[in-house]
Amino acid sequence: MTVAPQRPAAPGLVGTAHTRVEGRDKVSGAARYGGDIPFAGLAHGVLVLSTVARGRIRSVDTGPVLAMPGVLTVLHHGNAARLNSDYVGMLGIPPDPTAVVFQHDRVPHAGWPVALVVAETPEQARAAADALTVTYEEEPHDVALSADRPDAYAADGHMPGTTEKGDLETELAASPHVVDAEYTTPEEHHAMMEPHVATAWWDGGRLDMVDSDQGITWVADELARMFSLDPAAVRVRSEHVGGGFGSKGVRAPQVAAAMAAAELGRPVRVSLTRRQMFSVTGYRSPTVQRVRLGAGPDGRLRALEHTSLNQTSTVYEFVEPGAGVARTMYDAAAHRTENRVVRLDVPSPTWMRAPGEAPGSFALECALDELAEKCGLDPIELRLRNEPETGPVSGLPFAGRNVAACFLEGARRFGWDARDPRPGVRRDGRWLVGTGTAAASFPAGTLPSTAAVTAKADGTFTVRISASDIGTGARTALTLIAADALRVPAERIEVRLGDSDFGPSGIAAGSMGTRSWGWAVAAAAEELRERLLPGVELPPEGITVRSDTTAAIAALAAKERHTWGAQFAEVAVDVTTGEVRVRRMLGVFAAGRIVNPLTARNQLVGGMIWGISMALHEEAVRDQASGALYGADLAGYHVATHADVPPDVEAVWVDDHDPDDPVGIKGIGEVGIVGAAAAVANAVWHATGVRHRGLPIRPDRVLRAGDADA
Amino acid sequence: MREFDYRRADDVTGAVALLDADPDARCLGGGTNLVDLMKNGVETPARLVDVRSLPLDRIETDDDGAVRIGATVTNSDLAAHPLIRDRYPALTQAVLAGASGQLRNMATVGGNLLQRTRCGYFTDITRPCNKREPGSGCPAIEGEHHNHAILGASEHCVAVHPSDMGVALTAFDAVVSWRTADGAGEAPLTDFYLPVGDTPHRETVLPPGALITHVTLPPARVAARSRYRKVRERASYAFAIGSVAAALEIDDGVICDARLALGAVASRPWRARLAERILVGAPASAEYFAAAADAELAAARPLPHNGYKVTLLRNLVVAVLTELAEETSR
Repeated sequence: MTVAPQRPAAPGLVGTAHTRVEGRDKVSGAARYGGDIPFAGLAHGVLVLSTVARGRIRSVDTGPVLAMPGVLTVLHHGNAARLNSDYVGMLGIPPDPTAVVFQHDRVPHAGWPVALVVAETPEQARAAADALTVTYEEEPHDVALSADRPDAYAADGHMPGTTEKGDLETELAASPHVVDAEYTTPEEHHAMMEPHVATAWWDGGRLDMVDSDQGITWVADELARMFSLDPAAVRVRSEHVGGGFGSKGVRAPQVAAAMAAAELGRPVRVSLTRRQMFSVTGYRSPTVQRVRLGAGPDGRLRALEHTSLNQTSTVYEFVEPGAGVARTMYDAAAHRTENRVVRLDVPSPTWMRAPGEAPGSFALECALDELAEKCGLDPIELRLRNEPETGPVSGLPFAGRNVAACFLEGARRFGWDARDPRPGVRRDGRWLVGTGTAAASFPAGTLPSTAAVTAKADGTFTVRISASDIGTGARTALTLIAADALRVPAERIEVRLGDSDFGPSGIAAGSMGTRSWGWAVAAAAEELRERLLPGVELPPEGITVRSDTTAAIAALAAKERHTWGAQFAEVAVDVTTGEVRVRRMLGVFAAGRIVNPLTARNQLVGGMIWGISMALHEEAVRDQASGALYGADLAGYHVATHADVPPDVEAVWVDDHDPDDPVGIKGIGEVGIVGAAAAVANAVWHATGVRHRGLPIRPDRVLRAGDADA
Repeated sequence: MREFDYRRADDVTGAVALLDADPDARCLGGGTNLVDLMKNGVETPARLVDVRSLPLDRIETDDDGAVRIGATVTNSDLAAHPLIRDRYPALTQAVLAGASGQLRNMATVGGNLLQRTRCGYFTDITRPCNKREPGSGCPAIEGEHHNHAILGASEHCVAVHPSDMGVALTAFDAVVSWRTADGAGEAPLTDFYLPVGDTPHRETVLPPGALITHVTLPPARVAARSRYRKVRERASYAFAIGSVAAALEIDDGVICDARLALGAVASRPWRARLAERILVGAPASAEYFAAAADAELAAARPLPHNGYKVTLLRNLVVAVLTELAEETSR
């Protein structure tokens, strides 16, 4: 069968705006999320988390709790089934031990799951979980991340830890313009609307689960390995998902629910409280980054070094590859990048929207802005002069590099040409006003997927793919793609998602969802259309064509494939109160074929708003004394509110076409946040003349910077 | 969450009787703070007495011109009331600077005054906190405290009172009235909150079993020209890191009356009487505004990470008084 779908001869539905096909269900409450679905005989589990940051569990006093009303069982390391955690899952990584619950008495971080209390009602389970006494042998903990940790080490993660070419010190010494600065980003949390939830039940050795995840195949595969089951004996469903942002893979709720359901022989649901989400669902590690740039008199880079240090837990190595973005963005004769980690007594971090690129672009794009200032060059001009011909580290050709087009279109729309480069000179009442810009990029990856498309006797079509629509509009995008491939109106397509029985597919993450699934859906739909010759009579069960893109993806030419962008921000700063307000924001992106402009704009603007939030608000504070988070709720952890987002946040896109790319669709889930925080920070400098190299740019920091200047 | 007994009171006498019958009872107004704290296990009342049906939902003027605000008036209704908007505009501004529209529709005046600090150690029952668990310690002093008190704190507690409304009420000499089974009582808001000292868990002068019935604002011509400015870490839906309620009356360039209160600096809304004394009789100029702010903030004892509040409050006081002076001279 063919797996390289051809573009429709005439413009079709792809590229035109469509509201979400499930939109009415969502706004009317008809759409059921993981925690909404009723089950007969459902029992409810509540996790109990450790209150110490390091030590051993001495005792779990289950007796009094088992005597409480409705309590059915208490699972803990002393009685829980042993699971297999010695594997590398579908995404090339072992499981996070925080998810493989109740396997031993060690406590490696505050908020580590130590027990699950199951009861007839959620209230009974919650009351019993609150009442459960767990005693610990507490040990001294260490949760302090700093640049000079002697125990930090270079680590690979999903890319090489270190890349190096040329003689850095020599090139730096020979550079008339040098930037050498440290940038920090704080611990950040996904804070999606819908908490993690899982309901599990067993049917004769088969595990069934309804959860809220962003990778059905991934979750089903890991559960099969953990519980030593045949992959076909696990079914996971997740029809609607209220946000994931990287945190909704295999987490403690799925594993604990499956364990408890096995013990009780009835369905068990485990849902997290908001406070629990802050310690058992991963987070973006804080980073300490150093960027050294050396440039000639013309601003052309001779030396670039970007190192990024992140924390990880003592039980899991997660690399937040902040230095990775420099491997794509800029070249220099001497070029060195390194991602480093240090193991602390903290929960394991994980992917969070634009892992690596989000914090990395903050450091690198602020450093570029500092270099532009030193060179006396416009920040856009500096970037245009440093556009590489090929991948700076890989040496591979770019599958289209549209950074310049984004900057030029953005400069035109934003009115950049009229910008006075001097900092701290524009005033509007009590506000100092400035503008800033930054580049953006994110890899355009693809994961193998399978899809099935069925032509039914009534003239309609059903698409089945185990994809997850985590709010991105994937269901709608796949509807449009299928309709175009079949040359039929969208109304004749039903897309069914979120069921592992539909066959393996890629995850809703890494900006790979729509590209990966759309490829598989188009391939199956096009082959089906070829089979539906005029006069062919459909059997009652219809005709189904299945696709598998594994081979086609493996055959893709090796190239630097990315989505590109240029971010622009205008901010106002009151240096007497420390308040910073974003007045307008523009993102121009080169993101391949845009399937649905309506939801694409949602995604890109959503990412940019995350960037505002990252620049000004988000910071999880780890209390050094306890090792736990301070204020771990949505009152303590600030995300941008509507009032922080100016009405004028605009996302547009330029033509971006790679003739070699068989699908032409690129991901847009992450690129919107990349560079956004740097654009805001650069604008704050332009407004005030003060560089803020640590995020978020909170009022106290603005005020302290003012004091330091005075 | 502990199981609790829920009762709805229809009149003040009934409510007070219900409160009197159980020392572990709490009044339930909008529940916007209490219910959160019950979910977190910080508050564990045995009984909730729902006071929302009480006939305390009116805003009226007394014969002497004072404005009497019922304890169950919602924040939204308070902010929108013509008497408040005209006579005490800073109070309307303060209320609207707090929480969100949904919360203001639920929250009540009495509940607002009795809300608890948002210190993250207080709201986390796994951590020590002298306010929640007397004698357990105050981790904020050595730990996270960038939004903690700079005035009136003690070595036992450095938490701040979160109310915006209370700051404006404090500036305008509000008096809190209550009822108990034994009778009625009242106190000026400036005396309503107890000093922190070594008893941070004792927050107000309210006797056990008391129900706040109303808050009275005495007539004050100066209040008609008043402002509230709040600085927070995002544009909406966050507690203050510093706020100012101020009123000025100026005659021929000289300040003849002044009201000033500061928020997010202490365990209670902070009436700035030292500053007021400097202002009254002084020329309405930035120099004296700064001198007044400095006089009030001279007592500030910042911790390592909240010293910025001294700068912030000084700047805010000068800015708000300057705006008021400009408004007056127009």
